[in-house]
Amino acid sequence: MLNTNALFGNRWLLASVLLLLPFVLQPFGNAWVRIADMSLLYVLLALGLNIVVGYAGLLDLGYVAFFAVGAYLFGLLASPHLTDAFPWIAAMFPNGLHLSLWMVLPMAAGVAALFGILLGAPTLKLRGDYLAIVTLGFGEIIRVFLNNLDQPVNITNGPKGIGPIDSVSVFGHPLSKRLDLGFIELPSVTLYYYLFLVLVVVSVVVCHRLENSRIGRAWMAIREDEIAAKAMGLNTRNLKLMAFGMGATFGGISGAMFAAFQGFVSPESFSLMESVMIVAMVVLGGLGHLPGVILGAVLLAALPEALRYVAGPLQEMTGGRLDAAILRQLLISVAMVGIMLWRPSGLWPKPEHSKRLQSVEGHDA
Amino acid sequence: MLSQHVLQVAGVSKRFGGLQALNDVHLNIERGQVYGLIGPNGAGKTTFFNVITGLYPADSGNFVLADQPYQPKDVHLVAKAGIARTFQNIRLFADMTALENVMVARHVRTHSGLLGAIFRTKSFTQEEKEIAERAHELLAYVGIDTLADVKARTLSYGDQRRLEIARALATDPQLLALDEPAAGMNATEKVQLRALIDKIRHDHRTVLLIEHDVKLVMGLCDRVTVLDEGQVIAEGTPAHVQRDARVMQAYLGTAQV
Repeated sequence: MLNTNALFGNRWLLASVLLLLPFVLQPFGNAWVRIADMSLLYVLLALGLNIVVGYAGLLDLGYVAFFAVGAYLFGLLASPHLTDAFPWIAAMFPNGLHLSLWMVLPMAAGVAALFGILLGAPTLKLRGDYLAIVTLGFGEIIRVFLNNLDQPVNITNGPKGIGPIDSVSVFGHPLSKRLDLGFIELPSVTLYYYLFLVLVVVSVVVCHRLENSRIGRAWMAIREDEIAAKAMGLNTRNLKLMAFGMGATFGGISGAMFAAFQGFVSPESFSLMESVMIVAMVVLGGLGHLPGVILGAVLLAALPEALRYVAGPLQEMTGGRLDAAILRQLLISVAMVGIMLWRPSGLWPKPEHSKRLQSVEGHDA
Repeated sequence: MLSQHVLQVAGVSKRFGGLQALNDVHLNIERGQVYGLIGPNGAGKTTFFNVITGLYPADSGNFVLADQPYQPKDVHLVAKAGIARTFQNIRLFADMTALENVMVARHVRTHSGLLGAIFRTKSFTQEEKEIAERAHELLAYVGIDTLADVKARTLSYGDQRRLEIARALATDPQLLALDEPAAGMNATEKVQLRALIDKIRHDHRTVLLIEHDVKLVMGLCDRVTVLDEGQVIAEGTPAHVQRDARVMQAYLGTAQV
């Protein structure tokens, strides 16, 4: 991958840092590896949203809905909830519903894509602020449904959430158990770290390939000027639906991963604030530019945790009058305002002169 | 065998509320012609243009493009059928490079989809290579190949016009429709534009030119239609149209007050 290689610097260096990261974090406690895991999930989400917002230019403020769809799909298909609630399902599956990851991943991707297209279809003629409002509403609708679908038939178990959800098994080994390799023992969080890392790498490759393709260019053309794009023969309706569907796929997959990782899902995890954070990651990092989007996601996912260590002492300085959580939010907001003031196109935006020529001639990736 | 006619349009009417913008307009463009559509401000030129390219639905009218009847309803289908246009107020994909702008326009003549792109299938890579080659050819054709990697936004005005023409040509159009291409150009740029349109005609392409600049139209076009208040008031060779009393009246006004 010529292009990405140039952007990321030395890829072997990067690979070793990423592979060794859990061992660096481990001595400070499992919680730190957990933060790395969650950051990777957010990277996955940000990559997906980047397709919709960054490439196709469709501002989606309800993206977390697809995350929720993926999470609940896995939650329902790999937990005792459905067999407990419906005797006839229990009769069909006497051993309980325990679908494996490899079956659920494509399903999560497919169902989320379907939801993406369902959201996309009525919003095709909307642009900018108007689209943002409708997608925001869609995100809330999904959350409200999850919250209330415990009556009249208990499908989602309402605000109590669904659990315990099975862990993911890779080659017969459940990732919730530590893995003994003989010379070293890998704890569960580290195993998940590697699973998520693989997913992120695959996603980056997929996104990069889409970006440099006929479809990717068409998405960007729609973002730049929809009327001109139509006049050049682009079927903007289908292309927009494709962008919504493709973006949602990423949300669904990371949602399923989230459910397996946490072992529990409830509507609380899918609030509007989450959608806003994912949009902030994409915009803060650099719309439409993969390294920037990844940077933004990692920063915004990890920053709140790191700020715990700053907010504590600050709180003491105020004599404990200010809540640490509020201080943390204040600091994040200040950081975001600062970045947008000094780097309005994001922390790591697309370079002015593209190196596209190289990648076309070299047929990278 | 293709007939002589590229575009045959008859009985086109379009009403905006109380305003009859187009009234029974007809137009026949032969293959290899540069056809001019002129008229004073508000004559309905741009409306007509938007109607044949599908931007506005016509109230009535018969449309035949290269012997195929077509309904200008969906803009993207018109491009597919074979009319490519440029815009009066340039509409490029500003944040994309010149090369990418032209590559986008190959979309309608290429086929690879999402899966081909993700798995980089053989046909995908082959097609991608052809798209890039064709785009380079077209940039060279309009004379801006050295600027292939420059973002469209940063190109000079004249180069942006050229890029728009290259982008339109990339759709392999039957008819290239230029909406006031000389608007805002200085004298040198106009001479270059004229040379470019001449070159396009020389390559047996058909051009529909909407223009304010009468001098450019008269020097360049094979045939001209003059619109005024939504109606065709004259039609013929530039020399013939120039002497037409109604045309002079439309442009200069009448003697009586």
